Amino acid sequence: MRDERTDAGQVLLMHDSVASKSQSKTRMSGSFRTSSDRTKYWILMGVLLAGSLLATFGLLAYDNPMPFGTRRFWIIAQRRADAVTAMGIVALCQAVSTIAFQTVANNKIITPGIMGFQSLYAAIHTSTIFFFGATGLLNARTFEMFLFQVLVMVGFSFLLYGWLLRGKNANMHSMLLVGIILGGGLGSLSTFMQRMLTPSEFDILTARLFGSVNNAEAEYYPVAVPLAVGSALILFFLSKKLNVISLGRETAENLGVTFSRVALTVLVLVAVLSAVSTALVGPMIFLGFLVAMLTYQSAPTYDHKYLFPLASLLAYLVLTLSYFLMNHIFSAQGVVSIIIEFVGAVVFLTIILRKGAL
Amino acid sequence: MITLKDVNKNYSSEVSIGPVDLEIPRGGITALVGPNGAGKSTLLTMMGRLLGIDQGAIEIAGMDITTTKSKDLAKIVSILKQENHFMTKLTVRQLVGFGRFPHSKGRLTAEDEEIISRYIDFLHLAELESRYLDELSGGQRQRAYVAMVLAQETEYVLLDEPLNNLDISHSVHMMQHLKDAAEQFNRTIIVVLHDINYAARYARYMCAMKNGKVIHMGRTEELMNNQILTDIFETPIEVISTPQGLLACYH
Repeated sequence: MRDERTDAGQVLLMHDSVASKSQSKTRMSGSFRTSSDRTKYWILMGVLLAGSLLATFGLLAYDNPMPFGTRRFWIIAQRRADAVTAMGIVALCQAVSTIAFQTVANNKIITPGIMGFQSLYAAIHTSTIFFFGATGLLNARTFEMFLFQVLVMVGFSFLLYGWLLRGKNANMHSMLLVGIILGGGLGSLSTFMQRMLTPSEFDILTARLFGSVNNAEAEYYPVAVPLAVGSALILFFLSKKLNVISLGRETAENLGVTFSRVALTVLVLVAVLSAVSTALVGPMIFLGFLVAMLTYQSAPTYDHKYLFPLASLLAYLVLTLSYFLMNHIFSAQGVVSIIIEFVGAVVFLTIILRKGAL
Repeated sequence: MITLKDVNKNYSSEVSIGPVDLEIPRGGITALVGPNGAGKSTLLTMMGRLLGIDQGAIEIAGMDITTTKSKDLAKIVSILKQENHFMTKLTVRQLVGFGRFPHSKGRLTAEDEEIISRYIDFLHLAELESRYLDELSGGQRQRAYVAMVLAQETEYVLLDEPLNNLDISHSVHMMQHLKDAAEQFNRTIIVVLHDINYAARYARYMCAMKNGKVIHMGRTEELMNNQILTDIFETPIEVISTPQGLLACYH
């Protein structure tokens, strides 16, 4: 770095020239560094949108035995649209909740899943089949069961958040640790019950425990869609506060944003989003993580107002594209979440190894 | 004026801060000095309402910091801690822009932009203003954060060891900037300093702490005294008079 003392005159001169240069083009502090960054963002959004539309169309129309536009075509497309809706809900939930959660936790390598939602999901389904048998599990695919799962998961996370509020020495990290431990406990409880199942029951259960949009039923949507969209919108409108929060707790407090209040609001919404997604399709461990990481890498901004839409579109594209490829190109239905997790892990390792940082 | 009345913070029966009764007058730089673990940073953090107090009351410009809303206090007092978490993809100018948050709630007006430019120029960051924070050196980043709290335009500015990680040249510049800010913009700046010679040179008042209590508070010249400094730091310190002012020798 330049020694500013010895060539103070030179520095002053340089400052003058910089000042006059920057006065000629107005100095603004928008969400993007330069206007070309802004253009880059919108081009990226355009490409993702086009890709998403194409993948959606592909899912609805590809291999549709009826000629395009006929009534029968639309009947088939309608049936497929249910699965596409599930993808949309899951994409929105996973993308928005992961980014908001990472901002509040001030950590870019964790996901809301760390708080034990998957373990809870596994425990609910395992105990259903354990106590009521295979028919019990199949009969439990009802609207009430969906609502029950969402409520239990949100309630579970409130239990954790209570910890955050109550304890004098409690902080975000100890709350997460408690979440991991509770999740681990529930996981071993599930494993214990699974060992006592018959092989056929176990087989049915395993299929359920992998995240898949085929787990979703259209009758869940009247509750799932408003919950997901409503929570995501509230988070979107909290963008400005989230931006401040991402500067860290103390800086945020200095700027007059009460960290604990905003963090609690965000965590409640994250819990709702994660619960809806998990109860709808099952665990999707890597999707949110993968999408958040790709968003941070590609978005030339810190502003959550722009991060949320980009991440949501990205998640939707990843989901629809992988379902399209798996269903229609490789004819391997049902393994999509495994593929996403595999690809997610590979991308994660590549980025870590190449950049040495997130 | 910042007034502390019977302020206590208890960590355990052995470790506690207070009772502290203190009045910090308006204007100029006030330096908080003292040995490690004296409670300087803790006291500063409590004044900046980032840490709750167990007993007593702190008033800043007549407002009680525990009852006044945080967003109202953010227009009167700003605090900068040592360790700052920063995001990637955030430029210097955007960071300084956050300083306007208490006033504009994130919607920057033309006036805000002008204020932001003023403090960027004031700390000589104009050339760096569109750099991302992770492309800066530690010293430059420190300056950017100071620009942010100055852009907050609060009457009182609290800084926790702003010279940490800065070399001699940058330390001197930082202190000059702070002194200029105090004079030009009529701010009251309170800093935690480890090097008493910086305090002697730039601070109007000094506040010496030891074992969680304020031992001396007064004008810098009064505290720059062999006996007082030796007692505070438990190290032989000799104050000599030089053409540039008082200087403490302790090596």
